[in-house]
Amino acid sequence: MSKLDAKIPEGPLAQKWTNYKDHQKLVNPANKRKLDVIVVGTGLAGGAAAASLGEMGFNVKNFTIQDSPRRAHSIAAQGGINAAKNYPNDGDSVYRLFYDTIKGGDYRAREANVYRLAEVSNSIIDQCVAQGVPFAREYGGLLDNRSFGGAQVSRTFYAKGQTGQQLLLGAYQALMRQVNAGTVKMYTRTELVDIVIVDGKARGIIARDLVTGELTRHFGHAVVLATGGYGNTFFLSTNAMGSNGSAAIKAFHKGAMFANPCYAQIHPTCIPVHGEFQSKLTLMSESLRNDGRIWVPKKKEDAEAIRAGKLKPTQIAEEDRDYYLERRYPAFGNLVPRDVASRAAKERCDAGFGVNSTGLAVYLDFKSAIERLGKNVIKARYGNLFQMYEKIVDEDPYETPMMIYPAIHYTMGGLWVDYELQTNIPGLFAAGEANFSDHGANRLGASALMQGLADGYFVLPYTIQNYLADEIRTPRMTTNEKEFVDTEKAVKARFDKLLSIKGERSVDSIHKELGLVMWDFVGMGRTKESLEKAIKRIAEIKKEFWSNVRIPGSNDGMNVELEKASRLADFIEIGNLMAHDGLNREESCGGHFREEYQTEEGEALRQDDKFAYVGCWKYEGEDKAPALVKEDLVYESVKMVQRNYK
Amino acid sequence: MSNFLTASIGRKFIMSISGLFLMMFICVHLGVNLLLLFDDSGELFNLGANFMATNPLIKVMEPVLGLGFVVHIIWSFLISLQNYKARPVGYDKSNAAYSSTWASRNMLVLGALVLVFLVMHIIQFFIPVKTGGLEATMIDGVEMHNTYALVAGLFKSSVLYCILYIIGGALLGFHLGHGFWSAFQTIGMSNQYWLKRLQCIGKIFAIVVAVGFAIIPLYFLIKF
Amino acid sequence: MENTINLTLKVWRQNGPKDKGRFETYKVENISTDSSFLEMMDILNEQLIKENKEPVAFDHDCREGICGMCSLYINGRPHGPDDDVTTCQLHMRKFKDGETVTIEPWRAAAFPVIKDLMVDRTAFDKIIAAGGYVSVSTGGVPDANAIPIPKVDADEAMDAASCIGCGACVAACKNSSAMLFVSAKVSQLALLPQGRVEAKARAKAMIAKMDELGFGGCTNTGACEVECPKGVSITNIARLNRQYLAARFSE
Repeated sequence: MSKLDAKIPEGPLAQKWTNYKDHQKLVNPANKRKLDVIVVGTGLAGGAAAASLGEMGFNVKNFTIQDSPRRAHSIAAQGGINAAKNYPNDGDSVYRLFYDTIKGGDYRAREANVYRLAEVSNSIIDQCVAQGVPFAREYGGLLDNRSFGGAQVSRTFYAKGQTGQQLLLGAYQALMRQVNAGTVKMYTRTELVDIVIVDGKARGIIARDLVTGELTRHFGHAVVLATGGYGNTFFLSTNAMGSNGSAAIKAFHKGAMFANPCYAQIHPTCIPVHGEFQSKLTLMSESLRNDGRIWVPKKKEDAEAIRAGKLKPTQIAEEDRDYYLERRYPAFGNLVPRDVASRAAKERCDAGFGVNSTGLAVYLDFKSAIERLGKNVIKARYGNLFQMYEKIVDEDPYETPMMIYPAIHYTMGGLWVDYELQTNIPGLFAAGEANFSDHGANRLGASALMQGLADGYFVLPYTIQNYLADEIRTPRMTTNEKEFVDTEKAVKARFDKLLSIKGERSVDSIHKELGLVMWDFVGMGRTKESLEKAIKRIAEIKKEFWSNVRIPGSNDGMNVELEKASRLADFIEIGNLMAHDGLNREESCGGHFREEYQTEEGEALRQDDKFAYVGCWKYEGEDKAPALVKEDLVYESVKMVQRNYK
Repeated sequence: MSNFLTASIGRKFIMSISGLFLMMFICVHLGVNLLLLFDDSGELFNLGANFMATNPLIKVMEPVLGLGFVVHIIWSFLISLQNYKARPVGYDKSNAAYSSTWASRNMLVLGALVLVFLVMHIIQFFIPVKTGGLEATMIDGVEMHNTYALVAGLFKSSVLYCILYIIGGALLGFHLGHGFWSAFQTIGMSNQYWLKRLQCIGKIFAIVVAVGFAIIPLYFLIKF
Repeated sequence: MENTINLTLKVWRQNGPKDKGRFETYKVENISTDSSFLEMMDILNEQLIKENKEPVAFDHDCREGICGMCSLYINGRPHGPDDDVTTCQLHMRKFKDGETVTIEPWRAAAFPVIKDLMVDRTAFDKIIAAGGYVSVSTGGVPDANAIPIPKVDADEAMDAASCIGCGACVAACKNSSAMLFVSAKVSQLALLPQGRVEAKARAKAMIAKMDELGFGGCTNTGACEVECPKGVSITNIARLNRQYLAARFSE
C-alpha cells in the first residue's frame, strides 16, 4: 500500500478551503442528471448530503435500516451544536473554535479538516434557521447560546434538550422534499450488506431488504457511507440498538483503511447500569454540567453507607462533599472535556467513593443551581431531561441529586478519509461519525452535530464533484456485471453460513460477552496486558460465534436475529481492530487512556514524538492481524502542548 | 372547491358550521320554551309562539333550519363511515376511557338518539302546529293558536312523555358538551388559551340547555 | 431492594401483511421492576430463542424516547400505562405481579402490520414529503439572526416540533386520524417566519395526502394529546384547521 495522501490543499490554513473550492472540478447541471450517487444512512451527515446532492440535481439513492429516515440516531443528540457566530460577543472566532476542537481532540486531528469545520459552522446555523429549526431564543427574538465542555465561550446553539432531533428533522424534511421532487429515491428498512468494487473504484452496493430478506444490487458513480459510529461494539452504550459498524467493516474488508479505531469516547453523564438485563445506557446531556455540580462523599464511610442504602445524598453535609472536578480543575470546573470528566469519575469510584448500590456512580447535583436560579429556570432548561431521568430511575432529580456514570458514547475513529472525505478506495466517501476526520482523539460536546451537518451540507456536496467530474463519461452499469453478481453471491453465502450454524447461544448473549471484554480490557483505562488479553478473548468469542450462534427462522422474510448476528460478526472484527490500535498506540490521548502513560496527577500523557500520526489499519485477510499504515499529522498553525484544563 | 366537501377537514367544517347554526336555533327555541314557566295562563308562551310563527325572518329561516338538520345528519354519517374505514382491524383490549370522554367518542350515537327524540318531538308538536287543528285563542285582539294548551296538555297528561323529554334534554346536553368547543376547534377558533375557556363555556352551555329543556316537563310533572 | 414480578403476556403474532394473525400467550418470570418494557420483551425473546421458536418482532431503536421507533398498544393504551413516555421508557414498576398484559400493534388502515407488532409507518414520511418542509435548498440563506422571532412563538414552535413521529396519536384515535401529527408540523412551520411563506399551501397539501393515505378525520376526542409521549397539544389541530380553511377559502 502506497503512502496515504490526505490531499490537503496548498496555502495558509485559513485559505485552504477557499482555495480548494476555487480550483476544484465541478459537474454541469446536464451531467449531474446522468450521475448516480448512493448515500447510505440518513442521519445528519447522510440526510443532509442526500438532500443537498438531490437539490443539486444528482440522482440519489438513499438507504436506511430504519422504517423512516427520521429515526437515525442523530436524533438522540441532546445538548446542542457549536458554531463560531460569536453572537454573545464573548471572544469567539473561527480560529478559536478550530483551536478548541484541536486541543479538545488532544492534537490528534488533521488541522486542515478541523479548520474547515470551524469555517463552515456558521453556515450550518443559518441553514437550519432557514429550514425552520426552532432554536432557543432570547426575549429580543435573537438566538440564545449556552456554554459547553472544553470551551470558555458560549457558542452552543440549542433547541431545548432535543437539538439533535430538531436538526435531524430539518435535514429529514429537506430530504423528503427531494424525495417528493424525485431526485432522491428512498430505501427504508434496507441494509447495506456489501460494497461493490469495479476496477478499483466503488461502484455500488448490495443491499438487503429487511422486510423480505431479498438481496438487491444498486449502482452508483460514487458511494457515500454515512453510517455512524461503532460504539455498540461494547453492547452497552448510549447508541441506539440498531447503530452498527457493519458498513465500515465492509469497506475495510474491501481495502478501505480504518483509522484510529481505539479512539472511543466515554461520556461522563449517563444513567448508571442497574442490572444484567439492561439493554442500553441512557445519556443525560452534557449541558447538565453547566448547572449541575458533580460530587462524591469525602468520607469513605459515607460512601459505604450510601451504597448500603443507609444514607441519602441529601443528608451529606456540604463540607463532607468532594466536588472533585472543581477541586482538580478550578479553571474549567465541571465543564472539563468529556474524557477528563469520565476518567475523574472512574478514579473516584475505583478509590471507593462511588455511590449507587454498585458503587459505580457519582452525583450530579442541581441544588445550588435551583437555589440560585429557581426551579422554573432549571425546569425550562432541562425539564425533559429531568423527566426522562425520573421515568427511568424513579427518583426526582429536583429533590435528590442525579446519579451518573461514564458510558461509551461516540467513536472518533472510523474510515480513513482525505480532505475530500474520500476513503483510499476511489469513489467511496465517508461522512459524519463514520469517518475519523475531525475530532482527533476526543470529541468536544456539541461538535458531532456540527461535523455531521458540515460534512453533509457544506463539504461533501463540493468535494464529491471533484471526483464525479471525471465520471461523466462512465455509463450507468446494469448491475448484471460480474462484480455485482459475485459480491451478491458472497453475501448470500455468508447469510447461509450464519443460518447453518444452528448452535446453542443467542446473538445477544455473545454480544454481551464481547461487550464485557471490551469494557474491561479496551475501556476507560487500558494497559498492554489488558489489550493483549482482549485480542485473545475476542478471537475466542469469534470462534464461539461462528460455531455456536443460534439464529431461528430463515432468510426469507423478516429475521431480526439474522440482522443482529450479521452485525455482531462485524462488531467482533471492530473490537479486534480497536484492541490492536490501542495496543499499538503507546501513549494516552483523549479517549484512549493507557495506564502506563500518565502524568503524576493522573492526566493523559501523549508521546508526540512517536505517535503524532493517524493509525490506519489495513485488512490483511481472514484471521490475520491487520497491518498499520501511518498518516503523519503535521501541525503548521498550532503547537502541540499538554492539555491543561486547570 | 368540490373536493373540499369530502376532504377530512372540509367535512368537519360542514359539521361545525351546521352545528353552530343549530346551536343558535336551540338558544332561540329554549328562550321561547322557557316562557312556559312564567305564565301558567299560557298567554306569554302563546305570544312567543305566535311571534315565531308569523315573523317573516323566522319564516325564511325555517327551511334553512331544516336544511341545517339534514346536512348535519347526512355529514355525520359520511364522517363516521369514513372514519370507520380508517381502522379495519380493531383492538382486542382498549382503554379509550383513559384518554377521552364517552360523549366525544359517541357523538354519532348521541346524535342519533337526539334524532329519535326529534322525530317524536316533530310529530307531537311541529306537525300539529303546522297542519292546523289547534284550538284558537285571542290575545290582545289577535287570534292565534293555543300552542300552550298543546304543550301543557301533553306534559300534564303523560308522565312517560315528561320523562322522555327530560331524557331528550340530557342527551342534547351531552351532545353539546362535546359539540360546542369542538365546533370552534374545527373552524380554527381556538388556541392554547381559548381551548380551556371554550371547553368550560361549552360545558356551561350544555348544562344550561339540558337543564333548560328538562325543567319544563319537570315543572309540569311537579306542579300539576 | 430489587423487586421482581411474573407476568402473562398476550402477544399479537402475525407472519406478514397477508397473514390473519392471532394472539399467543407466554409467561415471563422474575422480571425486575427496574427494567424497561422493551427489556422485558428482550427477555421474552431470549426465552423463545432458547425454545427454538421465532422471537417476537417489534420496532425499537434509541431506547431513550426520542427516535419514535417503538410502538406497541399495551393493555389498551399506546405506549402502555404511563403518561408522557414511549414504550422504551415505560418501566415494569407500572405492572403488578401476576398481571396479564395484552400487547397489540398499532391498528390503522394506513399502518399495515409488517410482522407481529411491527407496523409500516411510511405513510408519515409521505405526508411530510407532501409539504412538511420549508422549501429552501442548501446555501444562500440569510444570517441566522436576520429575522428576530418572538420567544413565545419560537417556544411554541419547539413544543409542536417535539413530535417524534411514533404514531401513538393515530393508534389512540378512534378514527385512526393523523391530525395531531400533521398539525404539529404545520404549526411548527406556520409559527416561524421562515415557514409562514408556504403555510397555506403546506396545510392543504399535507391534509390531501393524509386523506389519500386512508387516515380518518379528527372528531376532537382529544385522545391523541393525552397519549402523545411528547404532550403535543391539540391546539395545533385548531391552527391546522385555520391554515387549511384559509387556504381553501382563498382559492
